[in-house]
Amino acid sequence: MLKSCVVSKPVIEKWRSSPPPPNPVLLSSVFGGRSKGITRHVHLALQVWRSAQGWLEAIASSGAGDQNLFTSIYPTLSQQLPREPMEWRRSYGRAPKMIHLESNFVQFKEELLPKEGNKALLTFPFLHIYWTECCDTEVYKATVKDDLTKWQNVLKAHSSVDWLIVVVENDAKKKNKTNILPRTSIVDKIRNDFCNKQSDRCVVLSDPLKDSSRTQESWNAFLTKLRTLLLMSFTKNLGKFEDDMRTLREKRTEPGWSFCEYFMVQEELAFVFEMLQQFEDALVQYDELDALFSQYVVNFGAGDGANWLTFFCQPVKSWNGLVLRKPIDMEKRELIQRQEATLLDLRSYLFSRQCTLLLFLQRPWEVAQRALELLHSCVQELKLLEVSVPPGALDCWVFLSCLEVLQRIEGCCDRAQIDSNIAHTVGLWSYATEKLKALGYLCGLVSEKGPNSEDLNRTVDLLAGLGAERPETANTAQSPYKKLREALSSVEAFEKHYLDLSHATIEMYTSIGRIRSAKFVGKDLAEFYMRKRSPQKAETYLQGALKNYLAEGWALPVTHTRKQLAECQKHLGQLENYLQTSSLLASDCHLTQEERAHFCQEILSFANQQVDSPGHRVLLPMHSFAQLRDLHFDPSNAVVHAGGILSVEITLYSQMPIPVHMDQIAVNVHFNIEKNSYRKTAEWLTKHKTSNGIINFPAETSLFPASQNSSPGLELSEMFERSPSDNSLNTTGIICRNVHMLLRRQEGSSSLETPSGVALEDGAHVLRCHSVTLQPGTNKVAFRTQAKEPGTYTLRQLCASVGPVWFVLPHIYPIVQYDVYSQEPQLHVEPLADSLLAGIPQKVKFTVTTGHYTVKNGDSLQLSNVEAMLILCQAENRATIFSNSREESSVASLRIQSSDKVTSIGLPAVPAYHVIEFELEVLSLPSASAAMGERGIQGTPELHRKQKDRQKSGHCMVTTDHKVSIDCPWSIYSTVIALTFSVPFRTTHSLLSSGTRKYVQVCVQNLSELDFQLSDSSLTDTGDTADLQLTPLNPQCEQHIHSKQSVFFVWELQWTQEPPPALCCQFSVGFCPASEEQLSISLKPYTYEFQLENFFTLYTVNAEISPPVGAEYCRTGSLCSLEVSITRLTDLLEVDKDEALTESDEYFSTKLMYEVVDNSSNWAVCGKSCGVVSMPVAARATHRVHMEVMPLFAGYLPLPDVRLFKYLPHHSAHSSQLDADSWIENDSLSVDKHPDDQLDCSSVRSRGSVASAASSEHKGLPMPRLQALPAGQVFNSSTGMQVLVIPSQDDHVLEVSVT
Amino acid sequence: MVHTSLDVVDEKISTMGKALVDQRELYLGLLYPTEDYKVYGYVTNSKVKFVMVVDSSNTALRDNEIRSMFRKLHNSYTDVMCNPFYNPGDRIQSRAFDSMVTSMMIQVC
Repeated sequence: MLKSCVVSKPVIEKWRSSPPPPNPVLLSSVFGGRSKGITRHVHLALQVWRSAQGWLEAIASSGAGDQNLFTSIYPTLSQQLPREPMEWRRSYGRAPKMIHLESNFVQFKEELLPKEGNKALLTFPFLHIYWTECCDTEVYKATVKDDLTKWQNVLKAHSSVDWLIVVVENDAKKKNKTNILPRTSIVDKIRNDFCNKQSDRCVVLSDPLKDSSRTQESWNAFLTKLRTLLLMSFTKNLGKFEDDMRTLREKRTEPGWSFCEYFMVQEELAFVFEMLQQFEDALVQYDELDALFSQYVVNFGAGDGANWLTFFCQPVKSWNGLVLRKPIDMEKRELIQRQEATLLDLRSYLFSRQCTLLLFLQRPWEVAQRALELLHSCVQELKLLEVSVPPGALDCWVFLSCLEVLQRIEGCCDRAQIDSNIAHTVGLWSYATEKLKALGYLCGLVSEKGPNSEDLNRTVDLLAGLGAERPETANTAQSPYKKLREALSSVEAFEKHYLDLSHATIEMYTSIGRIRSAKFVGKDLAEFYMRKRSPQKAETYLQGALKNYLAEGWALPVTHTRKQLAECQKHLGQLENYLQTSSLLASDCHLTQEERAHFCQEILSFANQQVDSPGHRVLLPMHSFAQLRDLHFDPSNAVVHAGGILSVEITLYSQMPIPVHMDQIAVNVHFNIEKNSYRKTAEWLTKHKTSNGIINFPAETSLFPASQNSSPGLELSEMFERSPSDNSLNTTGIICRNVHMLLRRQEGSSSLETPSGVALEDGAHVLRCHSVTLQPGTNKVAFRTQAKEPGTYTLRQLCASVGPVWFVLPHIYPIVQYDVYSQEPQLHVEPLADSLLAGIPQKVKFTVTTGHYTVKNGDSLQLSNVEAMLILCQAENRATIFSNSREESSVASLRIQSSDKVTSIGLPAVPAYHVIEFELEVLSLPSASAAMGERGIQGTPELHRKQKDRQKSGHCMVTTDHKVSIDCPWSIYSTVIALTFSVPFRTTHSLLSSGTRKYVQVCVQNLSELDFQLSDSSLTDTGDTADLQLTPLNPQCEQHIHSKQSVFFVWELQWTQEPPPALCCQFSVGFCPASEEQLSISLKPYTYEFQLENFFTLYTVNAEISPPVGAEYCRTGSLCSLEVSITRLTDLLEVDKDEALTESDEYFSTKLMYEVVDNSSNWAVCGKSCGVVSMPVAARATHRVHMEVMPLFAGYLPLPDVRLFKYLPHHSAHSSQLDADSWIENDSLSVDKHPDDQLDCSSVRSRGSVASAASSEHKGLPMPRLQALPAGQVFNSSTGMQVLVIPSQDDHVLEVSVT
Repeated sequence: MVHTSLDVVDEKISTMGKALVDQRELYLGLLYPTEDYKVYGYVTNSKVKFVMVVDSSNTALRDNEIRSMFRKLHNSYTDVMCNPFYNPGDRIQSRAFDSMVTSMMIQVC
C-alpha cells in the first residue's frame, strides 16, 4: 500500500476519520509521481502509526525510482523495517533510546522538497531513495543515469544530502537478458557516478521477492542500512528543528512575535516525539508551552503586557468545556493556527493534549490533579487579564470541564482503580458541585419560588454559550453537556443533579477519611436545603459540621455554623434548641455587637411573649449565658448556727451583650443531715473550717474545653518485675495507669450541646434573689438565707430565669457547701495551767457556749461550794463574749455573789450561739491535802507502797479531787465538774541519832514547776508530851524552794524524863508562790504529820580492830582481832517487852544476834561471823565478842559492819505477822536455815538466795525469827571508823587499795 | 470561611504525615488549592501544624518564599515555646511572635 497524499493536505486530517487512538497515523506524506520510460521513481515518505502491538514507530524517507518495483517490494519493506529497534542517540546529553522505525513512502515530487525556512517537521522527507532494477548497462546509460543525475540535482538544489540508491537484482531478469554484464558493474557504475565519496549510499537488494538465504541476507543488510540512514537524517533534522525553535523562542521579546506561531512550531516537535512514542518528551513540549503562557499572563498582570496576549483577552463567548475524547481537537487547533483562539480555547486545547499524553503514559491521576490546577488557574488568569466573562459562563465551563475530565478518566480506568484513587478525583467532584451550586444560585434555581424572568434570560444566555453538543458525545446519555443542560432546565432537575453530586462528593470524602471536607460540603448542602425551605434536612448537616468544629475547637466556623443552625432551628420551631443556640450566639465574641444583641433580644422577646402561659419552662444551660466566677460566704467559714443568717454573694459574669433583667436567680441547695458525726459538731466546724469564704470557680478559658483541657493528666507509676525464682529485677518501666482515659476517642465524648443534660432539680431548699438585672460583664448577686435545720447544705444548681426561660447551671463544681449546726448550751470548766496546784490560788477558765439558748439578764450559774475549795471573788470580774465564729467580741462584767453554800455567777445577757469566757480563781485548801499526805506516809503498807511506786514512776504529785456542782440556767440538772488539784510538795522525815541524842529531819521536796517561798516552819508534838522539847536547828525563817528541789529541816529531840515510846509530830510550813507579789488572801500553811516510834537508843555497838600482838599496824594477810562490844544503855523499858525477853529472878535478859558483814570485801571474817548473845536488860550491861578478821587490802579500811538483831524464839502462837514480803523487803535481814546451823556459818553468803532457799522450809517448820532493831534503838559508835592496814612486806601481791 | 478550608488542610496534613514518617522536610508544600486561595502547610517534628493561606492572585510568592516564611515562623514559635512561663496549649501572647508575624505579613502584602 502506497500512501500518496498531497502535501498541502495535512496528514492531521486523518485523525478525524480514524477511530481514536490506536490507529495507523500518517503524519505526512510526500510523493512525487515521476514516470519516465520504464523506470519509476518513488519517494519514500514519512509514516507514523500505532502498531497493533501498541508501539508507535516513526520514520521518514522519501523515495524515487521504479514505481512497480517499489510496489512489489513495499509490503516486505514496511513489514520488515520496524521489526528491529534502533538505538537513538540524542543531542544535549539526553539519554539514548531504543526506537522502532516505521516509514511512510511517498513518491518523489520536486514540490515536496522542503524549501528554505520551512519549519514543518512532520512533512519533512527525511530520506530520498531511488529504486532501480536496471541490470543492463545500455539501459543504465540511456535512461537511468540521466534520471539519477536529474534526481541528484534536484536534491542538491534543495541541499538535501539524505539519499539512497537501491539496486534490486533479479535473477529472472538477468536470465532474460542476453547481454548480461557482470552484476556488479551496474552497481559499480552507479557508485562511480554518484557516490564518489559515500559508497554506502548505494545498496544492492537481491531477489527481494524470493525466499532464499541470499535474499534474506541482502534484505537484512539493506534494512540495517536503511534504518541507520533514516535515523541519521532524522536526528540531524530534528536537531536543526529544535535549534530553529529555540531561536524563535528567544525572539519572543520582539514586537512581532506571535505565541500562536511559536505554539504550532513547538507542537510539531511534540507530535514528532509522540510519533516516536516519546510521550514524556512530547509532554515536556506542551508543559513548556503551558509554562511560557502562564508566565506571560503573570507578567501581564504585573504590567508587562505582550501585544499578542491582548488577543487572548477578547470576551469569552463560548464556554463549552474541555474536549478530551479526541486525541487532537482540530477545531481548537485551527483556531490557534489562525490566531483566533481565546484564552479558554488555548487552555482547553493545551490541556486536551496534555491529557492525551498523560493517558498514554498511564497517569490518569495526574490528569485529575492537573485539571483542577488548570481550572483554578484559568479562572485566575481570566481575572488577571480582565477578560469580560458573562456571569455564570466560567461556572459552566468549569462544571463541564470537571465532568469531562472525570468521565475521561473513568473511560480509561476500571472501577476498582477509580475507587482506590478517589483522593485524586474528589477535588474535581467537589469543584463541580461548587460550580453547579453557584450556577443554581445564579439562575434562580435554588430559591423557593423558582426562577424569575431575569433568571430565565440568564439561563438562556448561558445555554447559548454552550453551543451545540459535540458529535462525539451526542450518543452518550450522561455527557456533561447534557447534564448541564438538564440541570439548568428546571428547578427539580437542578435539585436532582445537585443532590447527586453533593452526595457523591460527601461519600467520597468520607470514604477517604476527609471528614472535615465532607462536613464542609455538607454545610453547603445545608445552605441549599435552607433555601429550599426544608430545614429539617439542613439540620443534620449543620449539627454534624458543628460537632466536628466544636471537637476540634475552631471558633469561627463554630460561630458561623451556629448562626445557620439558629436560623434552621427557628424555622423548624425547635424552641429550646433555638433559644439555646441563640444564647450561645449572644455570648459569642466572634460576632458583632449588633448580632449578639439580636440573638439576646430573641431570647428576651420569647420570654416576654410566654409570660401569660405559666408552668411551661424552657431549660437552657447556663454556661453560655453567664459564668459563675466566684462565691463568697458570710460568715466566711460557711458555718452558721441554726437560725443564723447566712449570706452568699456570687459573682456572675454575664456574657450577654446587653443588660438582662432576670426575674429571679436561685441556687438549689441539697440538704444532707449527718448526725452523730463529730465532723459536724459545732466545735469542729467553728474551729476547723477556716477558709476565707471565697470559692473561685475555674473560668472556662474557651468555649471548647473538649479536646485539650478536659483530658486528664497522665498518671504514671513505676513498675518493677522481678523474676519469681531469685527475686532479681527483670524489667522495669513506667506504666500509665489511665491509658483508657487518654486514648479514648474524643469524638464520642463531645456531646457538648445536647440540652438533655440540663435538668432542673427541685429541691426544697432554694436560695432566691428576685428581679436582678445582669449587666454585661461582672455582676454580684447576694443571697440571704436564714439557716433552719442543722446539717450540710450543698449548692447544687444555679438557675436564672426570665419568664419561662431558665438558665440552669446543672452542677456547681468545685462543691460548695455550708453547714448549719445546732448546739446545746454547754459549760466547760478547765484549768488555765496544766494542772491546778493545791494551796495557792489557781485560775480556772469557764467557757459558756450558749448554743441555741439565749442568756437573759439575771441568768446565773450557781456553784455549790465545797468546803475544801474556795472560790475567790475578786472585786471585778470580766467576761469576754464571742460569737461562735470568734469574729466579734465584747467584754461584760460579771457579778459574783457568794454565800455559804452557793456562789452565784450572774451572766451577762448574751444572744444565742455565743461564747462567754471568764476566769475564776479557786483555792484548794491545803489542810485536806495534808491529811492525804499523812495518810500517804502512815497508811497501810499497800498504800505506802503504791505511793512509792507512783513516786518512782514519775514524781507524781499527790492529787486531790474537788467536785463542784454547777446549776446552769438552761438545764434542770446540775453539772458536776471535778477539779483536780495537785499538792506541790512531798515530805519525808527521818530520825537521826548521835549516841542518845536524837534529831528529826524533815525533807520537803517541791514537785511543781513553781518556785515557792517557805516560811514559819515549825514542828510540834501533837501528843503534847510534857517533857519533850523540839529545838529547831534551822537558821532561817524564810527559805526559797525552787522547782524540783528539796529543803531540809532539822529539829533536836530533847526529853527530860523517859520519853514515850511513840511520838506524834506535826510539821507545818507556810508557803506562797515566790514569784507573785502580794496575795490578797492569807494562805494556809502546809502541814505534814508523822509519828516517831522507838526513837531512843537501847544499845550501842562498838567495834574495834587491833593489830596482831606485837605489830604496830595491821598487815594484809595477817589476822587481826575484831572486838565488838554491845552495851545496853537503859533499863527495862516498855519497848523491850516482847518475845525475846526472858525473865528469871527479876533478871531480864533478851537475845540478840550479831552479825559481822563486810559488804565491800575488805575483810575476811575468820571463824564465826555471827552469833547469838543473851543480853541482860539492864543499863550498862555489856557483851563483848571477839573474832578474827583478815584485811585483804592495804590502806585505810572501814571497819566491817556489825548488825544487831532481835532473836525471837519460836512461838507457835505467834506465827509471824511478818510475811514473806517483809522478809525479803527488809534486806538487811539475814537468815540461816536453822538456829543450830547459823552458829556454824562462817561466812555470809548471798542473802537473797539464802532467804529464798529458807522460805521453802519456813512455812512448815516453826523456826526462830530475827527482827531488826529499829534504827533509833541501836547506835553504832564505830561507824565511819577506819583502820590503817599496811601491805605485808614479803607479799608478792602488789595491789594497793586506796580508800 | 478560610477556617473551614484550614480544616481540610489539617486533614491533608495527617494523610501526608502518615506517608512521610521519616521525612526530614517539614514543609508540606501546597496542600489545598482553591479557586481563590492557596493553602500551604508545614508540620514540625512534634506535629505542630502551621498553615498559611495565600490569595491565589498573589503570584509573587513562590514556593521558596513560602518555605522561608514557614522557617521563620517555626523559629519564632520555638522561641515562644522555650519561654518557661508559657503553658503549652495556651493562646500565644508573645509580643515578639506577634511582631514577627506582622512583619512577615507586611512584607508579603
